[in-house]
Amino acid sequence: MGYSLHEHEKAILVALKKPMGQEELAKAAGLKSDSVSHASLWLLSKGLVRIDEKKTEKVALGKEGEEYLKEGLPERQALKLFKAGKASMAELKKKLGEKKFGIAMTWLTKKRLATAAGGELKLTEHGKKALKKKTSDEDALADIAKGKKVPAEAVKMLGSRGGLIKVTEQAERTISPTAEAKKLVKKGLKLNAEANLLTPKMIRDGSWKKTKFRPYEVGAVVPRIYPGRRHFVKQATDYVRKVWLEMGFKEMEGPLINTSFWNFDALFTSQEHPVREMQDTFFVDPEAGSLPDNALVERVREAHEIGIRDSIGWDYAWSPDVAKKRVLRTHTTVLSARTIAALKNDDFPAKFFSVGRCFRNEALDWAHLFEFNQVEGIVVDPDVNFKNLLGYLKQFFGKLGFAEARFRPAYFPYTEMSIEIDVLHPKGEWIELGGAGIFRPEVVEPLLGEDIPVLAWGPGFDRIIMDYYAINDIRELYKNDVQQLRTIKHWMKG
Amino acid sequence: MPTFEVSKDKLVKRIGRPISDEKLADRIAMMGAVVEKMDGDTWTIEAFPNRPDLLSEEGLARALRGFLGIETGLAKYKVDSAGYAAVVDKSVAGVREHVVAAVVKGVSIDEETLVSLMQMQEKLHTTHSRNRKLASIGVYDLDAIEFPVKYTTVRGDFKFVPLEYRREMTVSEILREHPKGKDYAHLLAGTNLYPIWIDARGQVLSLPPIINSAETAVTPDTKGVLIDVTGLNRRVVEQALHIIVAQLADAGGEAYLVQFGDSATPNMEPRKMRLDLGYCNSLLGLSLDWGQAKKLLEKMRYGVEGKDVLVPAYRTDVLHPIDLVEDIAIAYGYENFEPVIPQISTIGGEGREAIVERKVAEALAGFGFLECNTYHLTPAEAPAKMRAPAELVMAKNPVNVNYNAVRNSLLPGLLQILSENKHYDYPQRLFDIGRVVESRKSLKEEQKVAAVSCNARADFTEAKSLVESLLLSLGYEPSFKAVKHPSFLGGRSAAVVVNKKEVGVVGEIHPEALANFGVDLPVAAFEASLEALTS
Repeated sequence: MGYSLHEHEKAILVALKKPMGQEELAKAAGLKSDSVSHASLWLLSKGLVRIDEKKTEKVALGKEGEEYLKEGLPERQALKLFKAGKASMAELKKKLGEKKFGIAMTWLTKKRLATAAGGELKLTEHGKKALKKKTSDEDALADIAKGKKVPAEAVKMLGSRGGLIKVTEQAERTISPTAEAKKLVKKGLKLNAEANLLTPKMIRDGSWKKTKFRPYEVGAVVPRIYPGRRHFVKQATDYVRKVWLEMGFKEMEGPLINTSFWNFDALFTSQEHPVREMQDTFFVDPEAGSLPDNALVERVREAHEIGIRDSIGWDYAWSPDVAKKRVLRTHTTVLSARTIAALKNDDFPAKFFSVGRCFRNEALDWAHLFEFNQVEGIVVDPDVNFKNLLGYLKQFFGKLGFAEARFRPAYFPYTEMSIEIDVLHPKGEWIELGGAGIFRPEVVEPLLGEDIPVLAWGPGFDRIIMDYYAINDIRELYKNDVQQLRTIKHWMKG
Repeated sequence: MPTFEVSKDKLVKRIGRPISDEKLADRIAMMGAVVEKMDGDTWTIEAFPNRPDLLSEEGLARALRGFLGIETGLAKYKVDSAGYAAVVDKSVAGVREHVVAAVVKGVSIDEETLVSLMQMQEKLHTTHSRNRKLASIGVYDLDAIEFPVKYTTVRGDFKFVPLEYRREMTVSEILREHPKGKDYAHLLAGTNLYPIWIDARGQVLSLPPIINSAETAVTPDTKGVLIDVTGLNRRVVEQALHIIVAQLADAGGEAYLVQFGDSATPNMEPRKMRLDLGYCNSLLGLSLDWGQAKKLLEKMRYGVEGKDVLVPAYRTDVLHPIDLVEDIAIAYGYENFEPVIPQISTIGGEGREAIVERKVAEALAGFGFLECNTYHLTPAEAPAKMRAPAELVMAKNPVNVNYNAVRNSLLPGLLQILSENKHYDYPQRLFDIGRVVESRKSLKEEQKVAAVSCNARADFTEAKSLVESLLLSLGYEPSFKAVKHPSFLGGRSAAVVVNKKEVGVVGEIHPEALANFGVDLPVAAFEASLEALTS
């Protein structure tokens, strides 16, 4: 049987007369330990060596261990302060400091070196002996420092005192030749008959023509290359941005910190609405921001208090101070409000979208985060209607890869009609994937000066990302596990 | 969102026509509520917060009978006068001034009706009434009361026996010790006058919005009830009463007026709202005539009188004709609208910040750096860990105390990530692009980029070569000026200058900062503002 062997493999086979450890073999074969490691794995796959792995524990001193080796364990330091077999606890505490005294007390008692009564410590027989002779754990500590082996129970006891020692597992490999390998060596291995590298010299002087190049084992394992790359969540949001851009939408950008005026009041969310309480919303300190121009503020106040035109409003006393409170934006709809307020009458039809981080004051668990990505778009156009909203939704979710969408009535404070969108997942089930609607006249008219239809919608995008990457715990989107970032597949949807 | 439990069989009986479970759930969804759970006969229904009138078996059945075409048009509620009177003392002004009441008789308050009534009362309290702030509802046994009843105020030493207690307590004691008192005392903060309902004999009915008296509590033997609603908002108070009266009337009760001087409540008459059919048609893309619109409105239990729509007294959500248009759309069926993509052309465009982010990220990825996705919220001590103490913008009352401030730099986040990934191969090269808020004073938000390279040989040269190469590749010519920065090692940090402006800092992270984050290898880093590139 013929084998294609690398020079390193040949060297190993020749050197491997008996089972050897990796380091020993490296020395015998005149190779680097790394090269032996690689080549012995190739030989393993060819059935020419056997590799046995034995795990051993390596014990070393921890940070506190080093310190105590010099100064003595806290209980030893305490023992030194005993006078005539006695010591006052208050005194020990003073001299050792609170922390060390606590540790010393624990171990004086645990090791039965002293007993406590009435604020005083008294040495036991054990303790008296310990004055003259080191205890076994102290011996063990010294042995560990010298790199000597120590009994398992000593390791266990020292290990139970956090920070004293570090135990690391080490795998030790033994590499042995198989019968096949021995036969091969006996027949004689030809060394140096093949070239590994095509060198510049060979190219220049033509000697490559007479050179035999070692053929590669094409099935061999090669190192993985870790590229620099964009975060997978950013890849996905870039994709959804592309979908909006293809549909002719302009991107909106804006601040994370907004006054409640923009985040809530301009969106006709009553100041009594529960969403404006602390439990749901991040109010920030410093709190009071400033309101925009007075005319706009007055129109919004009117919409809330008595209603604009045909509306009856919310019927309460609207407070500018409540509107001034700054919040971390709870939705990107705040950008839509700002955008609509800046539009002029000849800007229509106009289409805008945004992709941005929003905040909700929520506990962190597998399904909830206090920050999330919101994706949303608006169409401001005097000529559009509810059917067009449904048309846009079909088109948008179709581009996201969901051919079928269905619509149910829903409720959002600032839209009427309001829609919940379900899409048909390729697995065959309907999933809830976002909300949509037409902005209420009480939102649009104060901002724009007239009431024209504003269609709005946004998919729950974190959910789409999690589905694509089969992630169940939403915290993974922000975990930044370096190995995951290096190896996770690219967002291939577009 | 508010939910309630209902017996599906009873609901179907009340609807008055057999219907399959699947169809019923579908119709409820398409009418604008959600069947959240079906557990045998017990269904959990979620109503949107603007439709508290759906939060009972009676209310849901009333709406479904219309939606299914069994009984359409306005549900009429007759309210008779039987001489029940209430007196309101002037002192309630400024304490809890709005008050309405009704009497309902003839409804047999069995265990179930009682539970359903309490359920509705509770839901109205938590949602519609904002935890009793805007309105609170009291229900009393009519036989235990002598009219006229009086709504007035008392001082803190006034005594009565509250529900759940057997002994007399003063108002102050109740607010301090009674479980309900503790829950709701904040609603009466800042006054030494407390609202109270008492009857003609001086028997206490309740201390709104806290607790009822034990004497007048409703029992399964109750034949009739007095209902009062007090609160801070007239409209909310009235709506709560109307929802409860409609529910009890649907359950077979007869409603009676309570006279407050010249006026009386409840007023169960519908409100008129003008509907412009052209507006409706143009918004929905339909061409309904009045006959068709009337039919659809009646399915949603509105009445129609000429061009006026009669809005039931129990509807809290109809503020503007748009709300009628939505109900017409729901009655028409969202599933029956044909989606139409309008043929308008607009030109799309990326935001400037987004373009810059993409370009910088692509360049850094090309240099072998991994992008991270981080939170804007950070522990408030992050700057101190960087040896650069700063007063950050804080979140008030954050649920997660570990994320209680808005970051002013991207570097702490990156060092934190390095400290959490020590078990992986080095070098680790990471970057982040995002917004930071400069300080509490300015509240200026800025888009920044930061990168770290963590490896045994990381040094100033690596950091400088990265930021210089990056800026050159983006078309900027940076220069460097030695600076002292507390987060960087002395003599190994520099300000990055572009167009004579300092835009960032580059260097070796200070070893103390590394130790604070638990990073064991040196880190070459830079952070720069992207503002110059965005503007």
